[in-house]
Amino acid sequence: MDAGPVRTYLGVPLYRPKVAFFEFSSCEGCQLQLLNNESALLDFLALVEVVNFREAMKEKADDYEIAFVEGSITRSDEVERLKDIRSKAKILVALGSCACFGGVNQLKNRFSLDWVKKEVYGNSPVETEPVRPLEDVVKVDLKIFGCPVKKEEVERIVTNIAIGKAVVHPKYPICTECKANENICLFDLGEPCLGPITRGGCDSWCPNNRFGCWGCRGPAEDANVEQMKKIMKEYGFSEDTILDRLECFGGFSAFADALRKSGEKNRGTSA
Amino acid sequence: MKVDCNINIHHLARVEGHGNIRIKIHDGELQEAKWEVVETPRFFEAILVGKKWDNAPWICGRICGICSIGHTLASIRAVENAFGITPTSQTQKLRLLLKHMETLQSHILHLYFLSAPDFLNAGSVFPLIKSHPDIVIKAAGIKKLANDMCDCIGGRRMHPTRPVVGGFTMLPDKKELIKFRERLQDVINGLLFTAELFRTFNIPDFVRETEFVSLKGDENYPFIGGGLISTDGVAKKEQEYKQMTNEYIVSQSTSKWSRLSRRSFAVGALARINNNFEFLHPAAREVSLSFGLKPLNHNPYMNNIAQLVECVHVVNESLGLIEELLDSEWTEPRQEVVPQKGTGVGAVEVPRGILYHCYEFDEAGHIVKCDCVIPTSQNHANIQHDLEELAVRYASEGMKDRNIGLLAEMLVRSYDPCISCSVH
Repeated sequence: MDAGPVRTYLGVPLYRPKVAFFEFSSCEGCQLQLLNNESALLDFLALVEVVNFREAMKEKADDYEIAFVEGSITRSDEVERLKDIRSKAKILVALGSCACFGGVNQLKNRFSLDWVKKEVYGNSPVETEPVRPLEDVVKVDLKIFGCPVKKEEVERIVTNIAIGKAVVHPKYPICTECKANENICLFDLGEPCLGPITRGGCDSWCPNNRFGCWGCRGPAEDANVEQMKKIMKEYGFSEDTILDRLECFGGFSAFADALRKSGEKNRGTSA
Repeated sequence: MKVDCNINIHHLARVEGHGNIRIKIHDGELQEAKWEVVETPRFFEAILVGKKWDNAPWICGRICGICSIGHTLASIRAVENAFGITPTSQTQKLRLLLKHMETLQSHILHLYFLSAPDFLNAGSVFPLIKSHPDIVIKAAGIKKLANDMCDCIGGRRMHPTRPVVGGFTMLPDKKELIKFRERLQDVINGLLFTAELFRTFNIPDFVRETEFVSLKGDENYPFIGGGLISTDGVAKKEQEYKQMTNEYIVSQSTSKWSRLSRRSFAVGALARINNNFEFLHPAAREVSLSFGLKPLNHNPYMNNIAQLVECVHVVNESLGLIEELLDSEWTEPRQEVVPQKGTGVGAVEVPRGILYHCYEFDEAGHIVKCDCVIPTSQNHANIQHDLEELAVRYASEGMKDRNIGLLAEMLVRSYDPCISCSVH
């Protein structure tokens, strides 16, 4: 697909990488975020050449350099398809929380596969595997966090790739951004929030809307989860609430597993 | 007369999710006409079990990236119905306004980006950026307004942050609503342009009688909650939704199928108009009649026009809602939530048809059982039966495989299926 004028930088034509979009088990929302960015869509299309984007176009080609892959892996045919994409792409980008951590889909892993199949499909046969993020199956070169991904962030990252600039994620937590935005602290409003331990970069999207963080971007560097749990308890939030947030998107799975297994919490294992 | 036909479309493009079309006719006999759904299930109904009530709208909204607002609102309604919470009039108005803007953005996405390329002989919207820039700019403008309003009321356009059980975490700024009122006026012109564009399209003349299911309007064109109705005369209460959906499992699909009075039924914009035509805004009714669309219409391709008519309806109704909100003082955005044991159902008309969420809670407000019935799941069987008839009819007329294939693709696209949603 060819769209828009050729961009130049200091008079030199910019390199337009061929990009493809693929989706596995997901809501396909992260791809849609790109179509949802009406005001900058045309500029974005001038930056890259989209050769494969099934949700939006019929034409498709296999000569892509960057593959944006949304969703988590939950069935054997997905493993094969992902390996094939990996073999063709120079850069494989995990797009969104499902691709990076398993997303809400990985909540399935709290249960036995037999039980989830029976709960939804009764005795009819259905194929499914434990939910895995992409990097458990193939090498992932770059991750774009978030549920959903923030379109401005995707564009910044794609621009950086196109001009050959290193992609660096913020190391600080969302709390830093939230303070800079002068929001009232959600703890003071009686709302639980994982802002102190979740990786920044979304400009405290949820807390700006007076909605506590659920950790969709995974842990910030040196996130002190133990201290976080203590603070949450001090503010009167139950173990239930802490676990709900830590396990929701899979980014804190190690901590959530430990919390679940510690015996303080048995919910979800009985079924 | 043509006697052989062999069509095999793997992972149909320009629909949400993964589905295949297979048609095989040999010696004039239909061997196979299949709408296969191969999407991987994500087991939302299982993963919610054991979770506290406040997780439900947040997690269930993620069933779908296109209609996450609709899922969130259906989920909230199910929880509120289980706990005996009645939303305030302010909350109801804001929810409906948010719902309308999701309907507008989703219908415009479908009409222009997914459907129109078929009629303009293009593989996607991208070549249209060069060949028909006026159309693309118009579409992007309408979609942007709708999405901007979703940001303003819902906190964000996808997986919204502000709508919660009991109301909203935050209210929009009235100054913003005043600006949106002006922009909505402009959208009316954009929709007239859209109507003129679609008037130039050759909508296939394919009619197959079926049953249409939707919410039942009492005084208004219905979107959130209320009775259920079908064009074959079935009427049920919201909490009796299972008698309306009758889900069953089939081998050709990871999505369940539904049936009611016949082998299959349809939901969506066309079903809503077939059941509630008299409640459309007069301007919308006028557009509908100008396309010859009035109840009962049995042409599935007319769902495109029905979506256009609904765009006109929601924009006009939204102008009224904004007026009412501006005329009243803001009250508390959020009510207190006290969980209780019980079951609640939420039925909401989302862009692709009627959506049901149902949760059973224990005393502490933990989910014991969860059931979601998705519009596209309810449409799958009807798509299948349309395909069978379409294949036989056009093959017997001697149409080429390529053209039958295109009409089959367009048929599936007319339903605007949301496949990953239907499998969830």
